[in-house]
Amino acid sequence: MALTKADFAEKLFDELGLNKREAKDMVEMFFEEIKGSLEHGEQVKLSGFGKFELRDKSSRPGRNPKTGEEIPITARRVVTFRSGQKLKARVEAYAGAE
Amino acid sequence: MTKSQLIEALAKQQPHLAAKDVELAVKCIIENMNQALSSGERIEIRGFGSFSLHKRPPRMGRNPKTGESVELAEKHVPHFKPGKELRDRVDFSSSKYKIVD
Repeated sequence: MALTKADFAEKLFDELGLNKREAKDMVEMFFEEIKGSLEHGEQVKLSGFGKFELRDKSSRPGRNPKTGEEIPITARRVVTFRSGQKLKARVEAYAGAE
Repeated sequence: MTKSQLIEALAKQQPHLAAKDVELAVKCIIENMNQALSSGERIEIRGFGSFSLHKRPPRMGRNPKTGESVELAEKHVPHFKPGKELRDRVDFSSSKYKIVD
C-alpha cells in the first residue's frame, strides 16, 4: 500500500497538531504549488529531497508497440526528478523486501 | 522555486496559520516522503505522480584512482513518474514559458 495525500495529512495532524481541514488543505496546496511552478516553466528544488526539472524534447519517430505502425512522437516538455544526495544515500541503504 | 519560496507561497495562501507552522508542515511532508522511500514504500499522489524505488543490479566497478576492480553491491534508486495532470499541464503551457530555475 502506497502513501497517499491522506497519509501526509494524517502526519500533519499527528505531528504538528494542524486540524484535519488545515492538514488536508496544506497537503493539497503543497503539491498544487509545485505543479503550478512547473507549469510556468519554473523548476523546483527542494533541499533535502530533490529537484523537479523540466526538459524540452524534440519530436522523434515512434512506433505503436501493438501494431508495429510508425507514428511520430511530437515535441513535448517533460518533468524529471533528480533525487538529492541525502535521499539517494538513505535509499541506497535500503536492502530490499525480499 | 526553492523550498523557502515554496514555504513563502504557502504561507501567503494560508494567512490563518503561523509562518513557522507552514515551514514545519513543509519539512514534515518532505521528511515523511524521505522516510517512506528509504523504507521501500511507494508514494502515490493523484494528479501529481508517484515515487518508487528502482533496483540497480550489482556490477563490477573500477576505482578510478588505482584502476583496481571493485564489486559494487545491488542498490536502489528513487524514481518519479509524473501523473497525467502534471504531464499535461507542463506540456500544454510549454510554448508560453521558458524553462528557468
